[in-house]
Amino acid sequence: MKVVIIKYNAGNIQSVDYALKRLGVEGSITDNHEEIRSADRVIFPGVGEASTTMAYLRSNGLDTLIPTLKQPVLGICLGLQLMCRHSEEGDTECLGIFDETVRKFVLQPDLLPSMKIPHMGWNTITDLKSDLFDQSLDGQHCYFVHSFYASCGADTAAICNYPTPFSAALQKNNFYAVQFHPEKSGTVGAKILENFLQLKINL
Amino acid sequence: MLSKRIIPCLDIRNGQTVKGVNFINIREVGDPVELGKRYSEQGADELVFLDITATHEGRKTFVELVKRIAFNLNIPFTVGGGISELSDADALLAAGADKISINSSAIKNPKLIDDLAHHFGSQFVVVAIDAREENNHWEATMHGGRIPTGKELFSWAKEAESRGAGEILFTSMNHDGTKNGFANEALAKMSELLTIPLIASGGAGSMEHFADLFKYGKADAGLAASIFHFGEIAIPDLKHYLRNQGISIR
Repeated sequence: MKVVIIKYNAGNIQSVDYALKRLGVEGSITDNHEEIRSADRVIFPGVGEASTTMAYLRSNGLDTLIPTLKQPVLGICLGLQLMCRHSEEGDTECLGIFDETVRKFVLQPDLLPSMKIPHMGWNTITDLKSDLFDQSLDGQHCYFVHSFYASCGADTAAICNYPTPFSAALQKNNFYAVQFHPEKSGTVGAKILENFLQLKINL
Repeated sequence: MLSKRIIPCLDIRNGQTVKGVNFINIREVGDPVELGKRYSEQGADELVFLDITATHEGRKTFVELVKRIAFNLNIPFTVGGGISELSDADALLAAGADKISINSSAIKNPKLIDDLAHHFGSQFVVVAIDAREENNHWEATMHGGRIPTGKELFSWAKEAESRGAGEILFTSMNHDGTKNGFANEALAKMSELLTIPLIASGGAGSMEHFADLFKYGKADAGLAASIFHFGEIAIPDLKHYLRNQGISIR
């Protein structure tokens, strides 16, 4: 199986590569369009800021490539946010694969000190609606680090509460995305990555 | 619901785990990667690796170690020690670290926090503060508590937040090594003051101390070393206990 990790100006792509290696899969990190298009699986990870990363994707033509991919694509963290329609971070037009919009968590003084920003740490995922998950994963903890979140909508495939519900995962056709870091979410995250690699494709 | 985090801390010298009691009397406790994996399997939520090596050779060893840790661990980890420039942080990020922690270097050059946050994002930057209380006044210290800095703890923590820190790791030097419990009063005050997560360190000696930390100290995470390394508290037992106390735990 050929797994490609999209290379762009975002941090900590290395961890995703290590996670694949732990599953026995040798991924390649590339921004080459042909290599990405011909892969069996594409992972779109990322830690960073929305407007600068979108600008980079546009300068490399990745903004037009990614939405036209036919194989299973998995966005992680910022990857999920960039696959949405719009992000409040830098008032950024994103890829528009998912119809959801990305908003900033708002500090609520009455909820401090329990609700800090960023949302950092282990939180539960529920209401799972995707073949990325099996039901044993309902209510399990995943590792989150983010200050912006995708609202809940038609493409929501898992929900997390902080303190109101947001999209912990999104799915539309062959496009999958998770707000948490499966590469850092212990055995639960490893299972989700494994599920992604084993998806049955109906092309 | 977001869980409270339990974080074992491993001090590293020349690639080996050590733990100083009150930062003195260092004893060997094993291979960092093996120890880290064992903690991860037992349910540790995160790990911190602090490099206390002073030599250049030791630094290179540490970066190599960080690569091995990143490859072997599937939970987040922070690395600290000897980071005084962007290039130090960059090498650790490239090796696979999720976060870096800075301490004395931030006190000497507070703008380092701004620069790191700007280049790598706030989520990558933990500002560690070792502070000591005397006559009801908390002061940040450097070099394992030996050198006073003149910086008042709470205003320094708030300044670190406004400069872009993603988390504060506060160690009470009055409590560190005593096993008499965390500095809950000061921690609660700091947690109320901050909008970013607070990791508490110093004083863990029993499972009750962690329950008190989350109930009264209002911290988001609790860090400890020797009680975990020497098997005085097993992480599965601790988490079971805290869950029974009604605390949100993974």
